[in-house]
Amino acid sequence: MMKKLIIGLFALLPSLTMAAGPSVPLMDANIDLKDNASLQRGAKLFMNYCLGCHQMQYQRYERTFRDIGIPTEIGQEQLIFDGSKVGSHIKNAIDKDDAAKWFGAAPPDLTLVARVRGTDWIYTYLKSFYKDESRPFGVNNVVFPSVGMPHVLQELQGLPTPITEEVEEHGHTVTKVVGVETDGSGEMSVDEYDRAARDLTNFLAYVGEPSRLESEALGLKVIGFLVILFILAFMLKKEYWRDVH
Amino acid sequence: MFGKIIGWIDDRIPMTRVWNMHIAQYPAPKNFNFWYFFGSLAMLVLVNQIVTGIWLTMNFVPSAEGAFASVEYIMRDVEYGWLLRYLHSTGASAFFIVVYLHMFRGMIYGSYQKPRELLWLFGMFIFLALMAEAFMGYLLPWGQMSFWGAQVIISLFGAIPVIGDDLTLWIRGDYVISGATLNRFFALHVIALPLVIVILVFLHIVALHEVGSNNPDGVEIKRKKGTVAEEDKPKFKFHEYYTNKKDIVDAIPFHPYYTVKDIVGVVGFLILFCWVVFFMPAMNGFFLEAPNFEAANPLKTPEHIFPVWYFTPFYAILRAIPNKLMGVVAMGASIVVLALLPWIDRGSVRSIRYRCGLHKLNIAQFVVTFVILGWVGATPQTDFKTLLSQITTVTYFMFFVLLFVYSKNEKTKPLPTRLTK
Repeated sequence: MMKKLIIGLFALLPSLTMAAGPSVPLMDANIDLKDNASLQRGAKLFMNYCLGCHQMQYQRYERTFRDIGIPTEIGQEQLIFDGSKVGSHIKNAIDKDDAAKWFGAAPPDLTLVARVRGTDWIYTYLKSFYKDESRPFGVNNVVFPSVGMPHVLQELQGLPTPITEEVEEHGHTVTKVVGVETDGSGEMSVDEYDRAARDLTNFLAYVGEPSRLESEALGLKVIGFLVILFILAFMLKKEYWRDVH
Repeated sequence: MFGKIIGWIDDRIPMTRVWNMHIAQYPAPKNFNFWYFFGSLAMLVLVNQIVTGIWLTMNFVPSAEGAFASVEYIMRDVEYGWLLRYLHSTGASAFFIVVYLHMFRGMIYGSYQKPRELLWLFGMFIFLALMAEAFMGYLLPWGQMSFWGAQVIISLFGAIPVIGDDLTLWIRGDYVISGATLNRFFALHVIALPLVIVILVFLHIVALHEVGSNNPDGVEIKRKKGTVAEEDKPKFKFHEYYTNKKDIVDAIPFHPYYTVKDIVGVVGFLILFCWVVFFMPAMNGFFLEAPNFEAANPLKTPEHIFPVWYFTPFYAILRAIPNKLMGVVAMGASIVVLALLPWIDRGSVRSIRYRCGLHKLNIAQFVVTFVILGWVGATPQTDFKTLLSQITTVTYFMFFVLLFVYSKNEKTKPLPTRLTK
């Protein structure tokens, strides 16, 4: 009876999720941290489109290049735009107070955004900008209503238009944006943009926890060792306890 | 040569005597089961916390400006810093898991009953110190949940009449949670409370070895002198300290039998522990909450504020009661009542194996209650959950009330004269 109870209690653990659900269902980011090509494309997108406003103040260029398989000289040449040394943190020159004036709030640091928001959220966010003339930059976002930033990937994706639905809320009928549809004016096809969003998400996931792959590789060895040790320890115990039984 | 060195030391400190008395010739009941692993595991986790903690302090910066960045420095730039940090953060949760299971063992086998009341009380003090230690440690990474969690918990002291506001000011060292709070919590977390915990653990073990371990049958292995026939005595040598006063049955020396058995438990535990450390250190937001990866911002309140999972059962009791002061009182009472268990349980049969059916049901409902409270305290409030937390708050305290009532004239099963397997 006790054993069943214990198993039951442990089985309960994962179901007790604490994350607050977003208002719209998130898309599956389906990233692969082992895909260096994807991480490199993501890095390129980040340095070109995001770094102007968003820093990664805890992450260094050199470490990033090494982990995702970019030779240091090539990284220095192709991905560092402000003449920083490769050992520097990934920072920009934007003034926080100015930025707060321009966007309503200073653009947040993105080193840990994947750990705060989750990768599915980022992927969905990147694909959920839509045209909204009422906003200062003419765009809004389905998962981040009243978002303060412009759609910086607009030249790649084009400017999507919202798909709306009439829903009942507290007795009133309101129009809600439930999805977006691209207008096809971007440089990329829908599939290409999906891939770009996935690459960028992948890169942000890597930067959120650069030790992830190293951790899993080491973890397999550690657990392999412990399993062997467990068998030996168990046999040792059996041998000693012969006297007792 | 080796014997000479030992002799030289033994003439100066009682090394061999203590080893024999407390390890090699210490009589332990021979029928310990799964539940008896968690004491040694708690010690293992304590050592893990101290060792990884020492290395973390080498690179941690205890200031409001530097704390969050220094944690990321440890995670990225310090060699194996991520491993130290995850061992420490996972260790905090593991500590509570093993301690809760250890306490539950005491409850089901009546290990708190006479003559082990003081042993239980020392355990409760360890639990209290551990909660303080964990709470203060959680502020140190200076993330959003560190900040706002501490804000909520410290403000609870404000509910105390008359001195409340001054008390919260005194704890924080400032009008809000600030660098001053972080500094003092750091000092308490790395020096004061670990010292207190280590001393209490020592006293816990001293008390244990004086009265001896209980066991799953709840039947004493130490009998009155002269009541045990010679052929019933174990063939092992126990220290005179124990055999001079009592006759001993069904015991085995702690070493080597329980040392080799505990190694099995330790390695089994480490497999699970390392699996979390290496593959899912955040444990879906249970061990490391997602908002805590964002630096503390006094101007931005997170959407939901939850303490870490190990506090949520008590937090749910707090939230169940609409009046803040009464909520704080109920939360405090929920812990105090556990400490009073040796006096609430008026029975003389210890183990759940030989107690009445109502007791088994009562323990089962207590487990369910505790899990529900933990879940409610860890998730956003709804009307249903508020009601659920109120019901389970009642059933939590009902456990103790019922126990007090039925344990007086309880219909128990006959106890075996010797330990069963």
